[in-house]
Amino acid sequence: MTQKPLPTGAGILATTLPMPDYGKAPELSRDDRLEWYRLMYLTRKFEERTYQSYQTGLIGGFCHLYNGQEAVAAGTFAAITEADPVITAYRDHAHGLMRGIRPGPAFAELYGRATGIVKGKGGSMHYFNVDKQMWGGHGIVGGQTALGLGLAFATKYLGEQRVCFCYMGDGAVNQGAFHESLNLAQLMKIPVIYVIENNMYSMGTAVERHSAPVELYKRASGYDMLGVRAEAQDFDQVREIAWTLAERARKENLPAILELMTYRYRGHSMSDPQYYRSKDEVEEYRKFDPVEILRNRILSEGTVNEKDLEALEDKVRKEVQEAHEWALASPYPSQSEIYTDIYA
Amino acid sequence: MSKIAYRDAVRDAMSEEMARDSRVFLIGEEVAQYNGAYKCSKGLLDKFGPDRVIDSPISEAGFAGLAIGAAMYGLRPIAEFMTFSFSFVAFDQIVNNAAQIRYMSGGQIKIPLVFRGNSGGGHQIGATHSHAPEAIYSSFPGLKVVVPAFAADAKGLLKSAIRDDNPVLVIENEALYGRESEVPEGEYLTPIGKANVLQPGTDLTIVTHGRSCWTVLEANQELLKMGIRAEIIDLRSIKPLDWPTVFASVRKTHRLVCVDETKPFAGVSSQVAAEVQRACFDHLDAPILRVTSVEAPMPFSSALEDECIPNVARIIEAVKQVVA
Repeated sequence: MTQKPLPTGAGILATTLPMPDYGKAPELSRDDRLEWYRLMYLTRKFEERTYQSYQTGLIGGFCHLYNGQEAVAAGTFAAITEADPVITAYRDHAHGLMRGIRPGPAFAELYGRATGIVKGKGGSMHYFNVDKQMWGGHGIVGGQTALGLGLAFATKYLGEQRVCFCYMGDGAVNQGAFHESLNLAQLMKIPVIYVIENNMYSMGTAVERHSAPVELYKRASGYDMLGVRAEAQDFDQVREIAWTLAERARKENLPAILELMTYRYRGHSMSDPQYYRSKDEVEEYRKFDPVEILRNRILSEGTVNEKDLEALEDKVRKEVQEAHEWALASPYPSQSEIYTDIYA
Repeated sequence: MSKIAYRDAVRDAMSEEMARDSRVFLIGEEVAQYNGAYKCSKGLLDKFGPDRVIDSPISEAGFAGLAIGAAMYGLRPIAEFMTFSFSFVAFDQIVNNAAQIRYMSGGQIKIPLVFRGNSGGGHQIGATHSHAPEAIYSSFPGLKVVVPAFAADAKGLLKSAIRDDNPVLVIENEALYGRESEVPEGEYLTPIGKANVLQPGTDLTIVTHGRSCWTVLEANQELLKMGIRAEIIDLRSIKPLDWPTVFASVRKTHRLVCVDETKPFAGVSSQVAAEVQRACFDHLDAPILRVTSVEAPMPFSSALEDECIPNVARIIEAVKQVVA
């Protein structure tokens, strides 16, 4: 097994074209920053409860956890507004929770209940919350990259000056739909940012075993596109970089690839015994925990004291436990639901 | 009522709907500057400009997915496949995304989208370019599938498809683009899900659709000379299918021949035969026969190809057996 690069704190590691300069991202208010921390912490606790629920048989089918990658979703979402569409693959719990899905309907979906965010028809891989421009939750690797292109195309067609962030794993970079989307995005000047969440493994296949060029941001070069590789355990760094790319997309209708180097602590899915990596490797990465990094920074800045932060965390843990119980007490969908929502 | 070519009816439908609704746009290979590989979009670029009539590179998965994403967001795209045989390159986008995202999102999303284009064999374009995919796509809940045979329906079904809030596949046919038939003046819409009785009759029912309608009508000239009066039904819409019209006809004539260009295994005729024997079992006086494409890839040689899609001789032979 090849040694994985550990975070250095450098932020941007490499680009295919000079990084554009739009100045600094607007400062986040203390409360907004604290809210992003809360959402990251909520996601972590939600996933921990999900892990337990899966182990005890409450969740069927596939289930992919986000532990370790929280600063990717949070940092990039914090760079745009809730009017900007986002879309992702099946490791989608964080994207859902950070775009307005309450933990109750999120758990209820995992448990296949009528109160689930998509009525028990989608499950773990298909969280949608269109009211907050969260367009899924998609199960086929790379399939969502063309949809993200279409969402972004529509915003441009309507003159909205929005940007679509389309998320994907590192394993999606070899799918045809992704390459077709890159070509169309650059050719047609469509404001879409492809965020590659590079957690080093495509299921159990390490990057160097699945991609001829292991520097995935360089896929942009083949399409004269801007590609950026950056570290992704630091919320503030991620936000700053994502903001610059979003500004460029809004102002110039230019797409980009943002390859964010991250790490998942859990297996690919719940059925993964992780033969392909060592426990030591995982422990090394846990030292660069994105939730801890933001927590420590907030405390060191002195804008929030430890007691208040612990109170916030207590509240989140309670919310997660209550949401889990509420979801478990929710009814299953009625049989008649099989035949609804097929046609509009 | 004036006679116009099928391809012009397709163009009129798109032009009228684009003028009516600014959310409607056309994307596909060669649809803009080339005016369409089959000239179905002739003049549309000049009329609506490059923001709404968009040449795509040869990139079916890419532009199909783009169209689906745009439809999710509220636009009403028309995506043209130069031929539906190429739609298989975009199969994942169509069957996983267009067909199922509404369901998987618990009804949060509508996908008002048209995929349209040429299909079918008979032009010596080989096995890869000659697919009749309507049966395949009809097996995916969430999609609607229509196959216009005449200019009036080429216009009317396409206009209905553009206004529909679901993904609708409008499957046209190269052999029909140049054929002229009557189209009512002014606004004309064909409802999706309604079959059309092309000729009332009493001796048997022939259920057909698409290009095969023309072949059946040609065979009908012979049948009339033989004193056989067939009730001929053009399904027009495969999904949803107008079962009441089919069942009512079979209950009247007691005999059924199905004619269509899909394959014999799990084709449209297979489905019609299965449903009719279930719903009309006591009314049938003869086995249901099917005249379809054959269980082989489409060969190139015209001597072979003519035998591989439904032709007049095979239709007459089947009818003779059923009315005997």
